Amino acid sequence: MSGAVPQPTEPVVPAPVDPVASLDRTGGYLGPTGAAAVAAAGRATPARWRLLLRRTTFWVGAGILLFWVVCAIFGYLFAPYSPLTQNLLLANIGPSSAHWFGTDPLGRDVLSRVITGARYILIITPLATILGTILGTALGLAMGYLGGAFDAVAGRLVEAVLALPFVIIAFMFVVALGPSVPVITVVIGLVFTPLIARTVRTAVLVERHMDYVPAARLLGENSSRVMFAEILPNVLPAILVEFTVRLGYAVFAVATLSFLGFGIQPPTPDWGADIAANYIGLPAGYWWQVLFPALAIASLVTGVILIADAIEQVLAS
Amino acid sequence: MATFLLRRLGLMVLTLFLLSLMVFLAGQILPGDPAHAILGNLAAPSAVQALDHQLGVDRPLLTRYLSWLGGLLHGNLGTSYEYQTAVEPFIRAALINSIKLAALAFVIVVPLGILGGVIAALRVGRGTDRAISVTGLSLSTVPEFVSGIVVIVVFGVELKWLPVTASAGAGASVWSQFRHLILPAIPLVLVLFGYIARMARAGTIDVLNSDYTRTAVLKGLPQRTVLRRHVLRNSLLPTITVIATQTGYLIGGLVVVETLFNYHGLGNLIYNAAVHKDEVMLEAGVLIIGIVYVVATLIADVLLTLLNPRLRIGGTE
Repeated sequence: MSGAVPQPTEPVVPAPVDPVASLDRTGGYLGPTGAAAVAAAGRATPARWRLLLRRTTFWVGAGILLFWVVCAIFGYLFAPYSPLTQNLLLANIGPSSAHWFGTDPLGRDVLSRVITGARYILIITPLATILGTILGTALGLAMGYLGGAFDAVAGRLVEAVLALPFVIIAFMFVVALGPSVPVITVVIGLVFTPLIARTVRTAVLVERHMDYVPAARLLGENSSRVMFAEILPNVLPAILVEFTVRLGYAVFAVATLSFLGFGIQPPTPDWGADIAANYIGLPAGYWWQVLFPALAIASLVTGVILIADAIEQVLAS
Repeated sequence: MATFLLRRLGLMVLTLFLLSLMVFLAGQILPGDPAHAILGNLAAPSAVQALDHQLGVDRPLLTRYLSWLGGLLHGNLGTSYEYQTAVEPFIRAALINSIKLAALAFVIVVPLGILGGVIAALRVGRGTDRAISVTGLSLSTVPEFVSGIVVIVVFGVELKWLPVTASAGAGASVWSQFRHLILPAIPLVLVLFGYIARMARAGTIDVLNSDYTRTAVLKGLPQRTVLRRHVLRNSLLPTITVIATQTGYLIGGLVVVETLFNYHGLGNLIYNAAVHKDEVMLEAGVLIIGIVYVVATLIADVLLTLLNPRLRIGGTE
């Protein structure tokens, strides 16, 4: 061996590339820098969770989310009209005291459709995100901890998937398999897997160099035990932040698929599908049929993002 | 530097190969038989078989992949099932349209995003910072059709300032084309603002905490000079990568915006190809997006290396 200067086995990879690469539309909000910061600083102790309760953003976000959850579960009970009953004599009526949000071209009450439209999006979104988080965490742990050939091969695959906007991938598969609640859930979950895997991998790379990892190995623990029992609890805060942000993107994905006609199918009330059905009426001035479902989507997304932001702030502080 | 470039190029080729395989396989799972789609449901089985043979879809999967790949390497993207002519002119026209829209969005969003990010960084942790960060993140998660509809209602329908479709028609003047593209560009600007601002903010905070910034402040340089000569120049490096990673989204991820505004870009082309089961067109379109993304990322890596001497030294081993 020639001496003290270790030959770099590879050129120094530009440091900013990785963090930023995960910030694209196809990727996540929390770059690995953020994940690493959370992983390094964050130990989710009860004291930290109490900090969360003191954040206004958390309460506002939780309030919005709770409102839509109540609508999703009990919406059909308290909606002023049936979301499905048509009354062609009352079609395209603007907001009034009888119909606060007006009526659509089939005379259905827009307010009732907005309230009940929360149901499917709030079923698909968490399920898809949980699926993606479980698979992505397993893959990311394996990539980060095992490294070597496995990391190289999986890394290339992840890179290839990320070269395409996630809406395009999800769209192709849903078109192929047909739009149904299970298909949409699984496809969105699978599309999220590489994105989450990358964040988890970065967090694991930070942990792998901590003393407790070789200590666990010396105690004779096997790889899967080191990964899941030792490293996983320490990267959980990073995964939690990734999960909440991803939840926001799942809302985005479901709504977009619905808008393109490959999500929830009419006449089931759904915000994205209702917008798709009625936006041709915009030039005629029927703005209420479209604007209120649009605001519903925007408010749900904002609620989720406020919670995600509050959790990240608390864990990184 | 040469080694670094070669390595990056090698990885790029590998990613493109995996991408082509993925796109090809995804195209294959589209349900239904292309000959059926062309001839209609009432076609005689013998006619369907004959057309299948003529299209070459009755050959084994591997043979078809290899012949498709061979064609790609010769610049032949294939023959559309739907139009029965080469797909290349369609792709070319759509790509040019997409580039026009993407360019306009970038010209607006890059300065805005950087400005927002730098302002947030200078007021880090305070109200302005929180407002810019949370708003940016929420906007980037709100589906484009939601913000698109809001701008159509406000500027197109109520105020009547701008046209609500994106296509100016054949032979329209540059000014008219530009006017038609303003409304579609706004949702894109809103989506991208959050990403770019966040990167610029993170980069600026890093630089503000660095030793050389402290030195510059301590030796008595005015704040304006410190910002202009020492901070901005370095803080903008990560922003280059985020811009590169967004090109894939801007070139092909715009299915929704292009549908909403009836604009004939790549996203719209892919949507129609998927709906009409035009496998060849779909594969070609998706692959082009992937190529644009991969090449843009490579350019960003090279730019970063050129602009950051530390990375350059690492690569000259």
